Amino acid sequence: MSSIEHRVIVGLEIHVQLCTESKMFCRCAVEFGQQANSRVCPVCIGMPGVLPVMNKKAFECSVLAGLALNCRIARFTKWDRKSYYYPDLPKNYQISQYDMPLAEEGFIEIPVGGGRAKRIRIIRAHLEEDAGKNLHTAGSFSQVDLNRAGTPLLEIVTEPDLSSGAEARSLAVELQRIVRYLGVSQGDMQKGHMRFEPNINLAITKDGQKFRTPISEIKNLNSFRALERSIDYEEHRQLDEFLETGAVLETGSKTTRGWDDDREITVLQREKEESHDYRYFPEPDLVPVELSDEWLERIRERLCELPLSRQMRYVDQYGLGEYDAGVLTAEVATSDFFEAVVACGAEPKRTCNLLTQVGLRLANEKRCGIDELGVTAEGVAELVRMVDHGRVSAGAGEKIFETMSDTGKDPDLLAEEMNLIQKSDAGELEGIVDEVIGENPQAVEDATSGGKKSKKAVGFLLGQVMQRTKGRANPKVVSEILAGKLN
Amino acid sequence: MEDLTAIELRERIARGEITSVAAVESVFSRIAGRDGAVGAYISTDRERAMARAAEVDRRIAAGEEVGFLGGVPVAVKDNMCTEWGATTCGSKILENFHSPYNATVVEKLIAADAIIVGKTNMDEFAMGSSTENSGLKRTVNPWDTCRVPGGSSGGSAAAVAAGFCYAALGSDTGGSIRQPASFCSVVGLKPTYGRVSRYGLVAYGSSLDQIGPLTRTVADAALVMDVIAGHDPADSTSVDEGIAGGCSYLEGIDKGVEKLRIGIVPGLTTGADESVQRAVEAALEVYKSVGAEIVEVEMPHSEYAIAAYYVIATAEASSNLARYDGVHYGYRSTGAEDYVEVYSKSRAEAFGQEVKRRIMLGTYALSSGYYDAYYLKALKVRNLIRGDFAVAFEKCDCIMMPVAPTTAFRIGEKINDPLTMYLSDVYTIAANLAGIPGMSIPCGFDHDNLPIGLQILGPTFSEGKLLRIGRMYEKETDWCRRRPSFAD
Repeated sequence: MSSIEHRVIVGLEIHVQLCTESKMFCRCAVEFGQQANSRVCPVCIGMPGVLPVMNKKAFECSVLAGLALNCRIARFTKWDRKSYYYPDLPKNYQISQYDMPLAEEGFIEIPVGGGRAKRIRIIRAHLEEDAGKNLHTAGSFSQVDLNRAGTPLLEIVTEPDLSSGAEARSLAVELQRIVRYLGVSQGDMQKGHMRFEPNINLAITKDGQKFRTPISEIKNLNSFRALERSIDYEEHRQLDEFLETGAVLETGSKTTRGWDDDREITVLQREKEESHDYRYFPEPDLVPVELSDEWLERIRERLCELPLSRQMRYVDQYGLGEYDAGVLTAEVATSDFFEAVVACGAEPKRTCNLLTQVGLRLANEKRCGIDELGVTAEGVAELVRMVDHGRVSAGAGEKIFETMSDTGKDPDLLAEEMNLIQKSDAGELEGIVDEVIGENPQAVEDATSGGKKSKKAVGFLLGQVMQRTKGRANPKVVSEILAGKLN
Repeated sequence: MEDLTAIELRERIARGEITSVAAVESVFSRIAGRDGAVGAYISTDRERAMARAAEVDRRIAAGEEVGFLGGVPVAVKDNMCTEWGATTCGSKILENFHSPYNATVVEKLIAADAIIVGKTNMDEFAMGSSTENSGLKRTVNPWDTCRVPGGSSGGSAAAVAAGFCYAALGSDTGGSIRQPASFCSVVGLKPTYGRVSRYGLVAYGSSLDQIGPLTRTVADAALVMDVIAGHDPADSTSVDEGIAGGCSYLEGIDKGVEKLRIGIVPGLTTGADESVQRAVEAALEVYKSVGAEIVEVEMPHSEYAIAAYYVIATAEASSNLARYDGVHYGYRSTGAEDYVEVYSKSRAEAFGQEVKRRIMLGTYALSSGYYDAYYLKALKVRNLIRGDFAVAFEKCDCIMMPVAPTTAFRIGEKINDPLTMYLSDVYTIAANLAGIPGMSIPCGFDHDNLPIGLQILGPTFSEGKLLRIGRMYEKETDWCRRRPSFAD
């Protein structure tokens, strides 16, 4: 019997589109979904005689992202031309960074469950310009839309430290949170703001011998799901291929495969990566960028607490569940709002419940951020306190939150107006309890009989009281009264 | 009116003694009479020029201020983008290319109320030293129509020499302003790299290219520099150093330079024609007679300049010219079956021999495995040459030498021998590699009555001083007043 074990090795090449107002080297607006070739100028369409001028904002965004990815930021960087011919590349060279990327040697931490994080090393991150798009919808001709040409792109390359599709997905989600927290990208995979190209192969141990399968690079991934599934698919495909053919990694044996989202398989695109000679050389039209300590410090000051560390802090400090903490930290607006409410003295768990169950639902319905619902952190904190003190029920709290969002009124006033103040006055409630007991002798008998029926009967009686008070009785107080009467 | 300098003309126009319309008309009548033989212009726009001239005249008549070049007819090399007409770069691939924008220098000429009469012929993409590499037409030397005007700004030099304009812009990547200026007996200034915006100059060797004036006199060159010099936000490599705060090249042009120390490089020009060497020696005597001191300096790395230049310039060119692919604009082959053939056939059909040669050279120099041996080494040579100049300029204010080893050569004489042709730039290339300014001023004629140019090189951003030094010589001699006589 032969023994075989395998391990998946994945590294990612990631392109993040920066959400600057204008393009990398000209003043054209970065805007998508516009009429083809309507966001272009002589510079980004590569007319004769034009010169690039660096977008400082894009450089700042990139340095900020580099810092968030724990990279060493180069104090001196330059631009290089990367030459290749393709119709969507108007100059037939791309302005990029070759041997002096702006950021190197960093890492990103990804959650791997159980409150633990795994560190994925980052080799480098550099800034470059995007190409346009070739459209193949006009019969035997292709058309080129250059609206995207010149959009700033941050290319991030990781070490092959990932060992599953799930981890790759986790990294993608984490990176999305980070770039959104920092405000450097919209990070929408469907819209191509973040593009992931995994390089994957297997380390196989068969009968004590070690093998490496040929590397595939997967393209055309436009969702987190596709990223994960494509790696899982490749894992099995490569294992099958190895068992069938015994093919192992050789230099230059990297193939390119495209993800077919409908069939959920990868399809061979290029057998052997042509050994492209990009003829890199320093871009003579741009001056090198030198960073001062002061400038770098100013950028560093803009670095906020990153989502994963916030998430873990919410678990540790507030005792929230990992899932809830993840939901709260998915968007910086939600997380910041949560922090603001807690800073007003609200109890974190109840705040979390209110925000995740009502706030996010409303925000989703209204397609806005939780901070744009028209409720203030102070108001929400007050509402949380009211629920906490039993002035209103948890259910009433949710109704009040909704109305706060519609009217902007403060929760105390709304509780009165909506008649949602809980009856906690034992004297008043006792009378109602007595009435209910008097009218339901069977239930009282069951309740006092002990056993299975008892719990159900107590619940029924409690329900009757709540009904009679139109839900405004404090269930805790009612339970105590009931218990006293039935004993 | 034909013999006026640009400065004289603009003053008379400003005083109302001559109208700009009359000046433009006389220029166009000379073009009509003689440019058929000379071939300086690729395109002219008489209507546009006349309309603008009339506008300048109207403003002067109304007592309004006009710009530095108010009403003066000028020409622009056809590698500078204009919103009107074609910008061809002397190439079939851009023969019908219409730029959607004006080069910064063109905007500045317009703002200074210059009247742009046309676009001048050039070696294709500025690659050449004789203008014979133009893919569109032939230009001859107005002093001898069997001879080349030099290049690549041959059209601009010929236009100024022949009286088809009062000043012209050229571009200089390895000598392309200075050498044709020398061959045509006009003044040509290649400014410091970064002194004049390159935005809208169709790139050849981006780290070497620089726009500058070709004029009848040194003072006229200063006038044009006052219009075109300065930082441009659209060109990251341009700077304001030394001219910020409204400092003028023309002001004080007659002040000269006291205790002028002129550097000469012994042994450097032994390969030059004897008549050229003699003319330069005579020019040095003139300087001595007005108090200059001659000091010897060394240029130990100058012998590597041409090799380094042809690696760096062609490497940059191979990349700069990649965009002419038939996809987005310019010539497209009608015989292409797929997009790769659109590239290969369009380029094969529309680029000339010299352009293809340089693209091949540059592509090779940048290829993986050769980069270190060629491009990187060339950059090292470039730094050494920069260093040579820095050391030399500690001992002198400027360095003088011939512009070219010969006077204008015969059409066809060198066109099939690229290496000999490349040697035409042996004295001019170092300035581009070092980024320093260099000027060519007329300093005599050889036995065939062909013009000889004196080259004056200075440290970076010393254009003001260079112009004053050139002016010192101009005042002592009358070479700049000589005009070619046409056998009409």
